[in-house]
Amino acid sequence: MLTMMITGAVVLGFISFSSMFLIWWERKVSAHIQTRFGPMRVGWHGVLQPIADAVKLLLKEDIVPCSVDKRVWWLAPFFVVVPSVMAFVSIPFGKNLIAKDLNVGILYIIAVTSVGILGIFMAGWGSNNKYSLLGGMRSAAQIISYEIPLILSIVTVVMFSGSLSMQKIVEAQAKCWFIFKPCLAVAFLVYIISATAEVNRTPFDIPEAESELVAGFHTEYSGMKFAMFFIAEYTNMFIISAIATTLFLGGWRGPLLPPVLWFLIKTYGIIFVLMWVRWTFPRVRVDQLMGLAWKVLTPIAFVNLALAGWLLLK
Amino acid sequence: MEVNVISNDRDLYSEEFSINMGPQHPSTHGVLYLDLRLNGETVIDCVTHIGYLHRSMEKIAENRTYTQFIPFTDRLDYVASMNNNLCYVLAVEKLMNMEVSDRAKYIRVIIAELNRVASHLIAIGTFAQDLGAFATPLFYCFREREKIIEIFDEICGNRLTYNYMRIGGVQSDLPKGIDERIKYFIKYMRSKVDDYEALLTNNIIFLARAKNIGILSKDAAVSYSITGPNLRASGIKWDLRKDEPYLVYDKFKFDVPTGENGDAWDRYKVRIEELRQSLNIVEQAIAGIPEGPVTVKPGRIYKPPAGEAYLRTENPRGELGFYIVSDGSACPYRLKIRAPSFSNLAVLSELVKGVKVADVVSILGSLDILMGEIDR
Repeated sequence: MLTMMITGAVVLGFISFSSMFLIWWERKVSAHIQTRFGPMRVGWHGVLQPIADAVKLLLKEDIVPCSVDKRVWWLAPFFVVVPSVMAFVSIPFGKNLIAKDLNVGILYIIAVTSVGILGIFMAGWGSNNKYSLLGGMRSAAQIISYEIPLILSIVTVVMFSGSLSMQKIVEAQAKCWFIFKPCLAVAFLVYIISATAEVNRTPFDIPEAESELVAGFHTEYSGMKFAMFFIAEYTNMFIISAIATTLFLGGWRGPLLPPVLWFLIKTYGIIFVLMWVRWTFPRVRVDQLMGLAWKVLTPIAFVNLALAGWLLLK
Repeated sequence: MEVNVISNDRDLYSEEFSINMGPQHPSTHGVLYLDLRLNGETVIDCVTHIGYLHRSMEKIAENRTYTQFIPFTDRLDYVASMNNNLCYVLAVEKLMNMEVSDRAKYIRVIIAELNRVASHLIAIGTFAQDLGAFATPLFYCFREREKIIEIFDEICGNRLTYNYMRIGGVQSDLPKGIDERIKYFIKYMRSKVDDYEALLTNNIIFLARAKNIGILSKDAAVSYSITGPNLRASGIKWDLRKDEPYLVYDKFKFDVPTGENGDAWDRYKVRIEELRQSLNIVEQAIAGIPEGPVTVKPGRIYKPPAGEAYLRTENPRGELGFYIVSDGSACPYRLKIRAPSFSNLAVLSELVKGVKVADVVSILGSLDILMGEIDR
């Protein structure tokens, strides 16, 4: 019981620390891509900026627009944050550094993170704002569509590892990282593209497309509720990168450095690539996005899956 | 409120959805209000409402002397102030039958073309921004625009509203050493234009978002009196600098780039090519600038003879025209401004029918309108 509570506290602490770091890092990365400096005033190169932002958001007036559907609107931020926190339960940071090595680990993560979409749609619907509604609708369509290639690519990995447990998947990569195996390299690409869409990041950020929908589903949120969406976004980004690390890049395995460091290096490396992509590419249109999911990624993932099966049986 | 039913099917009842884009919206380029009616995400109809920035410039002109009105023209197309200044002073000079010195003409060309580069940079940057390229191209464009603004700052002391052109010449001669800076800028800018092309032109997402979007046919372009890069993108080779040369444009060698399909991508591409052509013009003008006075002896108050004059120039956004009626007094009797963005915006509701909401934004961005000169 005590160890569980301690693990819980550590996980929660890590989540808030990680998302704060990611917010600062994203601002710095974007700034340097755009020939700016980014935050510079609060602390060394603005490292304390996220704390200043968090304090500001906590102290802000919590505005409740009069026409919102109150219950739905209030619950939405929690429906977004809680699943992403829950996903941390079975992410292996190291050999023994995992809250609970479920034997259906990856299935569990996929299942809980899918709940997050409910929160986004609730926010879009409950806000009673047309931009929010459009954002929520787009989001629902997008996440459901991309779930399919995402899961198909994960299934390919599971076929090679022979287990759904995250630790077993890492163990299966003791000799060779999965990304270097023929079918799994394709699966990795499909996974990364779908995962980017899953967390609504550019070029797939249509649910909150600023130039079209102002701020999409969270247009009406302010203060700490807005911060919830923000934390959830960065936590989700961490999760998809952590999954990619575990499934394809050998998890915490690596020479010399301690496992947890290897895990974080790989995960933040993927996050950096996601940021890089975000600040470089324009956004695709909503129908093009659907086209990519159903006409390109899903067939590729299916063919890849069949090929993997053939390879394994051969 | 009246509701239009799209489908009255028992299983799939659906209604029209109306959405007010603007006047406060991140991508309506100023205070423009689009009244959109949607079927899901597809646009059925779009009504543009303008007038939020109306400052009654034309009426103000009737109470100002000819010189006093120059700073007001800065506020028309405020990212191309020099070009507005230029068109206005040329119109007054035409009314007065005034001839300016060669040096003044060359300076005017250099300044106007540099301002065109600055203006097109904003057009390209904001267009990419509208497509969702999170501010990165915009920042690059602003970085280069800053260099032009610094040059203008040194020339006339202002950064946005320059008030540099004068009736009969320009405010002051070019400062010493500025030609070296401009030459350096041309070299620098050429490499940056290549960078933009590398970042955007053949980017697969950019192509998907801009190709075959908002196709403006030749006929539609002419019937809506579209001008400037938008017209040329539709494939009509019409540039006042070539077809009705003013100042000393006939002395320079430059091409008039045109598009083929008249889609958003062509409009972007034409602007990119125009950046290069403008740099060519500036380079030739710097090389051939003669010595001499920059202004004819300035009068305190100009009183043009009674009569009227219309003059149009090629602004970055199209043909800007000033129609001035004089009754022989110190102020214009009537002044009418023909703003290119006004016509360019008028075609919007035609172009957006049947496209997705996201394309409304990209079409609007590709038309490159500016509310300052629409509302005047």
